[in-house]
Amino acid sequence: MKAKKWLAVATGLLMMAGVMAGCGSDAGSSGESADGQTFLNVSYDPTRELYSDFNEAFSKKWEADTGEHVNFTQSHGGSGKQARSVREGLEADVVTLALAYDVDEIAATGLIDKDWIKKFPNNSAPYTSTIVFLVRKGNPKNIHDWDDLTRDDVAVVTPNPKTSGGARWNYLAAWAYAEKKFGGDTEQVKGFIKKLFQQVVALDSGARGATTSFVQRGQGDVLVAWENEALLSVQEDPDKYEIVVPPSSILAEPSVAVVDEVVDQKGTRKVAEAYIKYLYSKEGQEIAAKHFYRPRDEEVAAKYASQFPKLTLVTIDDAFGGWQKAQKDHFADGGTFDQIYEKK
Amino acid sequence: MQKEKGALGWALIGIAALFLLVMLVLPLVLVASEALAKGWQTYLRAITEPFAVKALYLTLEATVLAVISNTVFGLASAFLLTKFSFRGKSLIGSMIDLPFAISPVVAGLFFIMLFGRMSPLYPFLRAEHITIVFAVPGIILATVFVTFPFITRELVPVMEAQGRDEEEAAATFGASGWQIFRYVTLPNIKWALVYGVILCTARAMGEFGAVSVVSGHVRGKTNTLPLHIEILYNEYNFTAAFAVASILVILAVLILVLRNLAEGRAKRGESHDG
Amino acid sequence: MMKMTKHVIPGFHFTLGITFFYLSLILLLPLAAFLLYSSGMGMAKFLDVVCDARVFHAYEVSFGTSLAAAIINAVFGLLLAWVLVRYEFPGKRIFDGLIDLPFALPTAVAGIALTTLYAENGWLGRFFYAAGVSSAFSVVGITIALVFVGIPFVARSVQPVLKDLDPSLEEAAVMFGATPWQTFRRVVFPELLSPLLSGAALAFARGIGEYGSVVFIAGNLPYETEIAPLLIMAKLEQFDYQAAAAIAIVMMALSFLILLALNSYQRYRVRRQGV
Repeated sequence: MKAKKWLAVATGLLMMAGVMAGCGSDAGSSGESADGQTFLNVSYDPTRELYSDFNEAFSKKWEADTGEHVNFTQSHGGSGKQARSVREGLEADVVTLALAYDVDEIAATGLIDKDWIKKFPNNSAPYTSTIVFLVRKGNPKNIHDWDDLTRDDVAVVTPNPKTSGGARWNYLAAWAYAEKKFGGDTEQVKGFIKKLFQQVVALDSGARGATTSFVQRGQGDVLVAWENEALLSVQEDPDKYEIVVPPSSILAEPSVAVVDEVVDQKGTRKVAEAYIKYLYSKEGQEIAAKHFYRPRDEEVAAKYASQFPKLTLVTIDDAFGGWQKAQKDHFADGGTFDQIYEKK
Repeated sequence: MQKEKGALGWALIGIAALFLLVMLVLPLVLVASEALAKGWQTYLRAITEPFAVKALYLTLEATVLAVISNTVFGLASAFLLTKFSFRGKSLIGSMIDLPFAISPVVAGLFFIMLFGRMSPLYPFLRAEHITIVFAVPGIILATVFVTFPFITRELVPVMEAQGRDEEEAAATFGASGWQIFRYVTLPNIKWALVYGVILCTARAMGEFGAVSVVSGHVRGKTNTLPLHIEILYNEYNFTAAFAVASILVILAVLILVLRNLAEGRAKRGESHDG
Repeated sequence: MMKMTKHVIPGFHFTLGITFFYLSLILLLPLAAFLLYSSGMGMAKFLDVVCDARVFHAYEVSFGTSLAAAIINAVFGLLLAWVLVRYEFPGKRIFDGLIDLPFALPTAVAGIALTTLYAENGWLGRFFYAAGVSSAFSVVGITIALVFVGIPFVARSVQPVLKDLDPSLEEAAVMFGATPWQTFRRVVFPELLSPLLSGAALAFARGIGEYGSVVFIAGNLPYETEIAPLLIMAKLEQFDYQAAAAIAIVMMALSFLILLALNSYQRYRVRRQGV
């Protein structure tokens, strides 16, 4: 009997060794030692095309400047999910996420310096965007401002603020409008937002899912979306959609940061900082503008002025006292978003 | 086996066929028609694109490793559950089913919490330069996790129906454990085993939720085929997304054809013996 | 009491060793890490999260649609297995092979394909909508997606058993003048009950946890079409791992109880038949 027990244990160990050997060889082959450094930019969904172009440009420049060949890789997904992956051990050199709150959450674990937002100009947001409406061609429902979204005959598509960073910008943009309209009467503002969300027919889990519901499935009359996403949809299908820019909206600032702990360990701080600085350069701003993000650089902005109509923009700091507070007031459990869905 | 059908037989076949048509064939037709919506050229370009090929290799690698280790486990656990009586058997049986009850997303989280940055093991792994989550090993582990009940599940009902008499007889005549397994048990469960391996393979290839959590989505490195499809879809590149999805469908069909061939050969062999 | 350690067939310790080792490595260790991590939340917060009205409603949606899908799958899975084992007809092999496809198709692709089909402008959706049934972005849509992912479970559980069923019993029944229905009801069905239940329970358990294919077709409106796994994602998105764990633990516990009951029932049946 004893011999058999040992046999059992030995077999178990062998199997484990097999699995580990399989893993080990993979870990080896995907390791960083082989050819040059690898560099990982963890970003959110709509920036895939942007960073694919940007990486190509930057890798040329870096090789010309320093002679080093660096292998630039990118990872995309929902902003919150990506932030979580970095917290959980995904070794990103830089993060370029949809909102400052997600970067704050990474900073809370010590991976990024607490003062990251001051490390680079303009709140560490090299490009901006805003929230606009995408409607069917000819604007059949005659939608022009946030008020129209609360009309009974209008069906709205927006992603879920609980699961999508982009949707939080949508929500706050509507909130800021209502707050101004009702002179800060919170109950009336809540009523307005509640009515707006009663008109919502699909609450997708991500910004791109919402776009698909609107574009592919023909759901709803209006999609509340990032300006860059709306411009992309119109570019793909100019005969079917058009953009309505409301008179006022919110200044969406997607944040960038160097992941300090990772770059210090990998020895990639120099390239990481150069990478982000390059986003602020003329070339970087040009690439951003080409992918429908509003550039910060005035010269580049002037060049693309026709693409980005002027509108009144509130900032998250002025209207909501920063992301931490906005998150707590509106999107945390029991926040205003939960309240408007409370069952009566 | 009854061969004559009659009206009832045809009616049943008809209903079953209709069900399959609506629930399974139409989605497939949709995948195919979307994949080819922009012609063969676009289709070929989409499936030969380097990132897609890389993702295919990774998917195959994870699938093969997961299926091999799960087959060994499946055989051992099914033998244990059906040929012996012992205390805690129900518990072990239910534990084997547990991955079915766990949302794949949560399964992914398990491994993040075991090997990720918040784990007590992390400093050690870090010092030894072992990366498990957000790398290939994590993907393999997640795949193993979601697929390991399949083979056991397929084997247990058949082995239960078989009973223990034959094995017990063999044991009384002094056959060793391996001999009993090889010459008595295995021939009886051959087809259930093949079914199980096929289910396990198919499921491993298509696994999305759990792998998505542990992958990190690094392009060209930790993207499996299903993740690559999601990426293409999110790029509004629907044609390419469905084209790559069709690779998975083709792979599945290939496996099923192989199974049918093997089955046909085995049937001929059996009739020869008898 | 029976003596538990003596077995006629050799290999008990060997198989127990492998099974136990593998389960520990793949299942118990990660599960322990998960429970350890979420144990910090305390009972008050746990109850607070899981008793929330919205969470409760999400459970209802998840369990209700999974149950409906499991029942549909039990009926059609049995039918599929029966047709495949008992009849010869052209195209049978393709028919047989198709059943495994829901496994091979990544859930996200399945979700996208089904939503495209059942949306208001889809190939099938237009008929449903014309009949006044919203087949997408509703509980109907969720059920359709769950039926799709669960098809193979029942069919593949029943099929091997049906194949190995001793035909002499049925022949005997027919010889003694039983109608086909009586034969099926009294002779065949009892044999199939165990794999049928096991398959349906697996389809049910799978349905509760299903996320990838459902999010696309669900519409995700709170109190209407929000499923429990989506709430887990929502909690994670707020970096609230513990709340996510709380919801997950309740789902896991319920599914596990269902599977445990099923296994015990089967054990009981085997024992009774053995006597």
